[in-house]
Amino acid sequence: MDNNTCEVPVDATRELNPESLIKIKVLFFARAREIMGLADMTLEVAPQSTAGDCLMTLLTKFPKLEEICNSMVLALNEEYAPKSSTLKNGDELAIIPPISGG
Amino acid sequence: MAAGKGEIAADGDSDTLIEIVNQSSSSNLEILDLARYVSFVRDPAAGAIATFEGTTRDTFEGRRVIELRYEAYVPMAARRLSEACAAARSRWPLRRLAVAHRLGVVPVGDASVFIAASAVHRADAMDACRFIIDEIKASVPIWKKEVYADGEIWKENREFFERRPAMAAEQDKAPRCCGCGSKERVGIR
Repeated sequence: MDNNTCEVPVDATRELNPESLIKIKVLFFARAREIMGLADMTLEVAPQSTAGDCLMTLLTKFPKLEEICNSMVLALNEEYAPKSSTLKNGDELAIIPPISGG
Repeated sequence: MAAGKGEIAADGDSDTLIEIVNQSSSSNLEILDLARYVSFVRDPAAGAIATFEGTTRDTFEGRRVIELRYEAYVPMAARRLSEACAAARSRWPLRRLAVAHRLGVVPVGDASVFIAASAVHRADAMDACRFIIDEIKASVPIWKKEVYADGEIWKENREFFERRPAMAAEQDKAPRCCGCGSKERVGIR
C-alpha cells in the first residue's frame, strides 16, 4: 500500500456483518487528538483488516484527519508498524503524528 | 494512555534508569532531578560521565515562546527509550545509563530531556549521549507544542521525517530497535 496516499478505497465503507467484527482501540495523540477531539476510540472492523484498512475507515468517518495522513506513522501494540499489518481483536492502533520530543 | 498527573513512568534495569516525568499540577511543576540521574550513573569503574540536557528555548523564528507543552504515548515511549539504551549499549561499552523526559508544561529555560552515561573512556559516554538524543528526536513518541503570545504550533522533528520511511516499511515487521537487534530484557520498576 502506498504510504503517501490518503485516497479512500470504495470498499472501505462496505456493509459488514456486526457478528463477525473485531474491536480495535485507536489512540490519537497531539494534532490527531485535537482534530478528533478525543484521545481514543473503539473501532469495529472486519476480521483480517489491516492497519491501513482501519486508517481508511477513520478517514472516511473523520475527513479532517487527512490533514496529517501524509506525515503520520502507525504503531500497533506499541511498535511502529506498516499499513499492511493484520489486526486482531483487542489490538491497540496508535496514530502517530510527527514527533517532537527532546 | 498518558501517565496520570504526578506519575513517573519508570523503566529499565539495575544499570539503566528510564523515567518519563509527568506534571503533577499547574502549580507544582515536576522538574527533572538532574543530580539524581548523574548519581545514578556514577560508577567506580567509569572514567567518565557524559550528560546531555535539552532545554526549552524562548524564541522560535523570532516569535516569543510563552511555554511548551509535552505529551507522550507513555508506554510506547518508555519501550522506545529502553530500546535506544539497549542499542547504545550494543554500540559502545557503557557502564550505566539514565534517560529522563519531562511531560506537561515546561517553562522556558527548564530541562525537558536529560541523558547521563558513564563509561570507562569519555568518547564512549559522549557518543552514547549523542546517539540517544538523536534516537529520541527520531523515534520516541513524544510531542511538543510551542505556545506563543499569538498562537501555538505542534513542533515536528526533522529526525522523525528521516526515520519515517523505515518506521512505515512494509518488509521488516519485527520489533524495531534502530536496526541493532538488541535483546536486552526490560524490567518494570
